[in-house]
Amino acid sequence: MDTRDTAEQAELRRSARQLARELGPSTVADLDDAARAKRLAGAVRDAGWLSLRDDGGDGAPLASGVEAAIVADALGGAVADVAFAGPVLAADLARRAGVPAGDGPVVGFASSLLDAAVVPGSVTTATIHAVDSGGELDAAYVLVPEGSDHRLGQVRIDGAHGAPSDGSDLTRVVHTIQPGASVELVPDQDRGITRDDLARWAALGLAVTSADLVGVMRGVLDVTVAYAVERRQYGVPVGSFQAVQHLLADARCLMEGSVSVALHASWAVDNLAPQEACMAGQVAKAYCARAARTVCETAIQVHGGIGNTWECSVHVYLRRALLSSQWFGDDGEQLCQLERARLGAVDGLS
Amino acid sequence: MDFRDSPAEAEFRARLRAWLADNNPGLPTSSTDDEYWARQAEWHTSLYDAGFFGLSWPARYGGHDLPTVFDVILDDELASAGAPPRPSLGYLVQGITVHASDDVKDRFLPGLISGRERWCQGFSEPDAGSDLASLRTTATRDGDDFVIDGHKVWTSYSDVADWCILLARTDPDVPKHKGLSAFAVPMDQPGIEQRPLRMINGITSEFGQVLFDDARVPAANMIGAPGEGWRLAMTIVSHEREPGELGYVARYKKTVKDLEATVRAEPGAFRSDQRASVAWANVQAEMLRLHVCRRLSERLDGVDHGPGGSIDKLLMTWVEQTVGAAALDVSGPQAVTDQDDVALKIYLYSRAQSVMGGTSQIQKNIIATRILGLPQS
Repeated sequence: MDTRDTAEQAELRRSARQLARELGPSTVADLDDAARAKRLAGAVRDAGWLSLRDDGGDGAPLASGVEAAIVADALGGAVADVAFAGPVLAADLARRAGVPAGDGPVVGFASSLLDAAVVPGSVTTATIHAVDSGGELDAAYVLVPEGSDHRLGQVRIDGAHGAPSDGSDLTRVVHTIQPGASVELVPDQDRGITRDDLARWAALGLAVTSADLVGVMRGVLDVTVAYAVERRQYGVPVGSFQAVQHLLADARCLMEGSVSVALHASWAVDNLAPQEACMAGQVAKAYCARAARTVCETAIQVHGGIGNTWECSVHVYLRRALLSSQWFGDDGEQLCQLERARLGAVDGLS
Repeated sequence: MDFRDSPAEAEFRARLRAWLADNNPGLPTSSTDDEYWARQAEWHTSLYDAGFFGLSWPARYGGHDLPTVFDVILDDELASAGAPPRPSLGYLVQGITVHASDDVKDRFLPGLISGRERWCQGFSEPDAGSDLASLRTTATRDGDDFVIDGHKVWTSYSDVADWCILLARTDPDVPKHKGLSAFAVPMDQPGIEQRPLRMINGITSEFGQVLFDDARVPAANMIGAPGEGWRLAMTIVSHEREPGELGYVARYKKTVKDLEATVRAEPGAFRSDQRASVAWANVQAEMLRLHVCRRLSERLDGVDHGPGGSIDKLLMTWVEQTVGAAALDVSGPQAVTDQDDVALKIYLYSRAQSVMGGTSQIQKNIIATRILGLPQS
């Protein structure tokens, strides 16, 4: 066993972090710079990162879950305002259904909780969300039950039934699709999406959201440590106070533990049995979601008064962490899933 | 990145698993047992004789010259078999390996690794715990010997040890960090008095106070050069902080497994918060397993983590205390009505983890200044 990056993975990690740092927002005001955001989106597309989970020709994805997680980590670390995980997860689902990846509009998928992605019948009866699929989305994938498997369905996003919502995350767009939107099966599907497919897809979702959280923790800690060195009170840097040092030391430990679980989850996507891969993702997400919230809250505390203003970037990290935590289920959701799997169901609670 | 076993690792795992099927003593693994050390010594011999101990240590001294990730496999298999964890000696082995002369290594490492000779670590004193460098035990040259006078405390298993790796002041006239030397001191001699300390969970035998009154150690038993004691101590404590070196992962996984079995046996008997507590303990223990795997993989490049051991120590502390709290949660009222309740003892014992090997506060100071680069307070 060897948890180290291969040479290719190390190079991808390096280049993804560099690109995200150069083209991502450096300040809160940068989030309004449309030309920069467009350059970032173009660079991410040109790097081929949106295609990582497209069909490599033999039904297997072009790149592993590890590579997808490496990019997610880099983009999270720079709070990069670009669609990545949404399109990659949509492509992974499309590949499993045998739907060719086209050049058409990027297709999103539902939703924040995996269960809500399963739409009973052909008309949605629940509010679903298409997360991180860019601003100009006109359709989203949903899962339509077929026996014990699923087919890929599609809901149209239009003014009547779905619109981009102003969510907590300032760097990624969420479309909310209202009940009543009609669902059509995507034509030309080669095969259904099996339970195993779905478990692996969920494992990928858990792995990339965990990796995003790891990146957010790294990014916000870098910003915060630099601030603690520079900001002076009582004539000395606030980072020289033991009370502040201990908060940041705790945060660093939480980040390191998160790195360890998230790496395993990303590797598990393609290498463990589907249910085990899912469980690895649940462990990672439970740990990373709890850790990320504490780390981001610590960052705000260490920034003092300025940390509670709109112009200070730390809330951008926290907001991104909140969405990544909810997407595919937060820590409480993961613990419930793990509890059922490992401790058995309780009567009356399934 | 590949978490799977290589062919050599798979072969080792299969061989280990087969051996464990016949040789697992299934003894209590928590340190709540009065006979812990005696049983652990038997387990040490058994593991060593079968070729499953000292995996990453030099073959010259009884190890196997394997990459450190084999220790992950050992811990994995011990945990899933419900076997006792491997003896925690790595930090002593590392300290001696890095600092001692070849003569001293040849004399002491084989007995330490095989378990033929038992060791304790005489560092802390009543007035020198976290501020270890201010220790007052002295070693004074007298012919071919040094004469030891002083008082050590928190010395685990000192009463059963054959040898003590002792830190003593050999030069009172230089700055406090520079006047210390380390020795391998024979424990069976006049001038050494043992005073066992009763632990928080009621155990009497784990650690004690040791009084040295004109005890003697041959000068040839000095480990490293005169005045090198502080550097040796830092090597030892930094490895003492690494869960990968200690093998505690197996202990935590085993406790979590036992808690899960208790809840699974009677699902309706436990509240949702108790179930959640166990689920979270599992996440924590799994995190530490994977973290150790990452750290030991990084060592394949020869990376020495240095102050990074403090990060690992804090993570390990949080895991042990989370697992201990879960044990208390699951036990419920029994933990307060039964003095011998196992969960109560596991919980109480877990409080030591944030003190031994350097308090959590010391670890945070190290992380802040040496890893995060924050200014000294």
